[in-house]
Amino acid sequence: MELVFKNTTGLVSVPRHYCPGCTHGVIHRMVAEVIEELGVRESAVGISPVGCSVIAYNYFNCDMQQAAHGRAPALATGIKRVRPDLTVFTYQGDGDLASIGTAETVQAANRGEKVTVIFVNNAIYGMTGGQMAPTTMPGQVTTTSPAGRDVNHCGYPIRVVELLATLRTPAYLVRVSAHDEVHLVQAKQAIRKAFRYQLEGRCFSFVEVLSICPTNWGLSPAEASQWLANTMIPYYPLGEIKTPDDGPVTEAHHAQ
Amino acid sequence: MPRVLIDSVLCKGCERCVGACPQRILGLSKELNAKGYYPALVLHQPRCIGCCLCAITCPDSAVQVGLNGNQYKLFEY
Ligand SMILES: Cc1ncc(C[n+]2csc(CCOP(=O)(O)OP(=O)(O)O)c2C)c(N)n1
Ligand code: SF4
Repeated sequence: MELVFKNTTGLVSVPRHYCPGCTHGVIHRMVAEVIEELGVRESAVGISPVGCSVIAYNYFNCDMQQAAHGRAPALATGIKRVRPDLTVFTYQGDGDLASIGTAETVQAANRGEKVTVIFVNNAIYGMTGGQMAPTTMPGQVTTTSPAGRDVNHCGYPIRVVELLATLRTPAYLVRVSAHDEVHLVQAKQAIRKAFRYQLEGRCFSFVEVLSICPTNWGLSPAEASQWLANTMIPYYPLGEIKTPDDGPVTEAHHAQ
Repeated sequence: MPRVLIDSVLCKGCERCVGACPQRILGLSKELNAKGYYPALVLHQPRCIGCCLCAITCPDSAVQVGLNGNQYKLFEY
């Protein structure tokens, strides 16, 4: 019997610590599959963040580094500039990338570092027990917003991809979702394209993946997928927001 | 004939594959695994169309799909 869907060699075959149904595992697998398919596993360096995926270095079967909270793009910059022959990617959550690490993210994108950023947006701080993130939805209940996120007090959720799209520097900026199988097929293609742009030395590439956190959302994995589809996708539109072939942005992209 | 291979040790019983299967042939076992989860189970293998959506949606790399013979490629993954 031949295996038509085989576990990727890009991941170490150990059980992962994520909660049941958490899409961190799926996103790990897709990134690892792309690294394997592009034949760059031996030259890949990943950078894990602070957050639930902090020990991603135990799971990816390539060289890994672990950055201080939010600093992964800075570490990636250093590695890529010293060794441009390596394929460098960061894997970060929304508390890591869009909160404490906003400056590193924006500056790395603005410098056009030829690295790939995988941004897992689950609208909450997962590891620390479900506090409000900059990406938490209006009205969403978290441990630090027990009455729901009040936009008059905390502002609206940050759309990181749209924010980065206003920069003049060419980049590949895309948003995909991991909540169901159809969107996963599209997500894989976006991740592959992001790594290709890096391998071609074209531009900074950034893939935002909408992800579920059943544990801290207090929902079953199936309910969490529904919630993502009904609540997050209307606010965080999917698709390629910017490609390196686009001209300079004259007007900011506003989805709503 | 395609064949879904589920690793009941790695499976955490999240049921993502159960919802993803267009043929609705997956379910959960009635017996706990060593970690205390009810792992996924193939209920009716002959109806499998080999689309691999169960494996694509699995967060724990617990599903692989095997094949005896030939099969149409249904989509690009
Ligand atoms: C300098 C510093 N500040 C705060 C923390 C506490 N902390 C750990 S993880 C985390 C947020 C993680 O959230 P996110 O990036 O969304 O990842 P998730 O766990 O949801 O995958 C915070 C604030 C820390 N470890 N270090
Ligand atoms: S707390 Fe949330 S993000 Fe962290 S592993 Fe569990 S489900 Fe995933």
